[in-house]
Amino acid sequence: MSVLAPSRRPTAVAPETRPRKLRGRGRRRRWLESVAERSLLIALAFIVLMPFVLILLTSLMTNAQTLSPHLWPEDFQWHNFTDVFARIPLARYAANTFLYAGLGTVGTLLSSVPAAYAMAKLRWRGRHVWLLLTVAVMMLPAQVTLVPLYSMWASLGLVGTLAPLIVPFFFGHAFSIFLLRQFFLTIPQEYLEAARIDGCGELRTLLRVVLPLTRPALAAVAVFQFTFCWNDFMGPLLYVGNNDSNWTIPVGLAQFRSTYQVEWNMTMAASLLAAVPVVVLFFFAQKTFVRGIALTGVKG
Amino acid sequence: MTTLPLRPRNRTTASTRSAGRSKRVNWAVVGLMAPWALGFTVFFAYPLLANVYLSLTRYDLISPATYIGLDNWAFLLHDEALLTGVRNSAWILLIGVPVKLVFAFFVALLISRARRGAGLLRTVFYLPHLMPLVAAALAFVVLLNPSSGPVNTLLSSVGIDGPLWFDDPRWAKPSLLMLDSWMVGNLMVIFLAAVLDVPQQLYEAADLDGAGKLRKLWHVTLPAVRPVLVFAAVTAAIDALQYFTQAYVVATSLSGGATTGAESLGYPNDSTLFFPVLLYKQGFRYFNMGYASVLALLLFAVSFCVAFVMLRRASRWASDM
Repeated sequence: MSVLAPSRRPTAVAPETRPRKLRGRGRRRRWLESVAERSLLIALAFIVLMPFVLILLTSLMTNAQTLSPHLWPEDFQWHNFTDVFARIPLARYAANTFLYAGLGTVGTLLSSVPAAYAMAKLRWRGRHVWLLLTVAVMMLPAQVTLVPLYSMWASLGLVGTLAPLIVPFFFGHAFSIFLLRQFFLTIPQEYLEAARIDGCGELRTLLRVVLPLTRPALAAVAVFQFTFCWNDFMGPLLYVGNNDSNWTIPVGLAQFRSTYQVEWNMTMAASLLAAVPVVVLFFFAQKTFVRGIALTGVKG
Repeated sequence: MTTLPLRPRNRTTASTRSAGRSKRVNWAVVGLMAPWALGFTVFFAYPLLANVYLSLTRYDLISPATYIGLDNWAFLLHDEALLTGVRNSAWILLIGVPVKLVFAFFVALLISRARRGAGLLRTVFYLPHLMPLVAAALAFVVLLNPSSGPVNTLLSSVGIDGPLWFDDPRWAKPSLLMLDSWMVGNLMVIFLAAVLDVPQQLYEAADLDGAGKLRKLWHVTLPAVRPVLVFAAVTAAIDALQYFTQAYVVATSLSGGATTGAESLGYPNDSTLFFPVLLYKQGFRYFNMGYASVLALLLFAVSFCVAFVMLRRASRWASDM
């Protein structure tokens, strides 16, 4: 596991910068405090990691042992991780999930970049209203629009396919538009003026000047969107829940138990496998993740 | 509070400057905005309006909607499940959200003070957030199994008789909160970035004034990170209003695998029947689409109030460009 480099040296209370000559008692108190803080932090880290360890151990047990109170597998059943592919069509679920997450991400980028650019960098009547509408949609619980949308997709005969999940992303995603807009605002207006003086139209300015400067923001949006779609449950449950050939991994996982009774070792193995693509993505794009998350909060 | 500053202060200057251009249609803007304008209309504006119409009808997706006036709205007064749903959602909103926020902020503070390994610790606390929610919920069902689960096994080894967790109506929501707190890594990362951003001089000035740790936290750190806290609180509140996946997965996987029966939702004893779960149950298990629309409109009204705080901030963003 590689180590994240802290974005900044954590110097909130850096002892080196303090006056050196502390009285003995004050220094000891400070030392005790820092030991207490550190032990608490380490204890919390262990508690947070514990579920992962216990899930892994459960996934390596025989099915009979998962119902016993023993925590350590008697005999490590590594083949559970391959058996699970035979037990449920995990590969097909993964393919469906990749399709949903991949196309959803592409659609989000294609549709959100232009809108964010228009709202951040062009002057036109109504751009403030559109910004407010975008933020409002961002704040809207998904369940509010569920019933009419479901009946709309049903009347188009598309319930049971992945289309109701993917298509909306090609028509703008409020959160991504907002995030990209905040990024675009940081690009100096002079760059755009220069491009226009050189005779670039809006499209060329966007493609040649703005996008190369916002690669980190695009990466952050892509990573967020992929992760969201990969883990999404309610949408797939609703639209493909009745058609198991289009199930995504979360839907498949949730039905696992009801379809195959209690097979907790298999369920845990599948759960760990389900997390793999996102975890791999995280370790390749750690900086993007962290910067993107920080950006969503910092601009408040 | 009454006037929402929708219009930027510099509006007149902006429009006079581009007065020559604004006469004709700005085709670049139309082209750039078209996909989102269409998406907004079809996927948000239309469904919101359609909800109002559907709430006045009886509709089961198969036969066409028939107008029944305010019957669905009148049923609100007789629906006992509604009160349960509101109470459960209020629990998540008023207890769950503060616990999550305080826990995430506490961890962020501790990490910000760690001299070594801050990056590794951040990764450790963020990791659970990468787990698919469904997988994490199933994992907690195993971990908190009352008879054979590791948590109760560990508790009994120190002589504590563990509760029934998800199987006990009194413990089901706290157990869900444990799951949510485990996955609080994204908030923690936001808070950590904000805490590290507080200018060092402020702490030095507070030191000179002889401020202790708690006073520095209260008078320096908290005011400096307030905007981030507000943003995180609103986001967490909106998440709480659409609380669904964890409750659905835990309830259906524990109630004997009867996932096709609507009765499994809310297990045990409707203690996890949150408002969105109730909406789903009415709409997509009982196919009372009209009544589900009523519930959707109620949810909209509540989330609009929460979002209003956000909108006021957004209008400030709008004018700072």
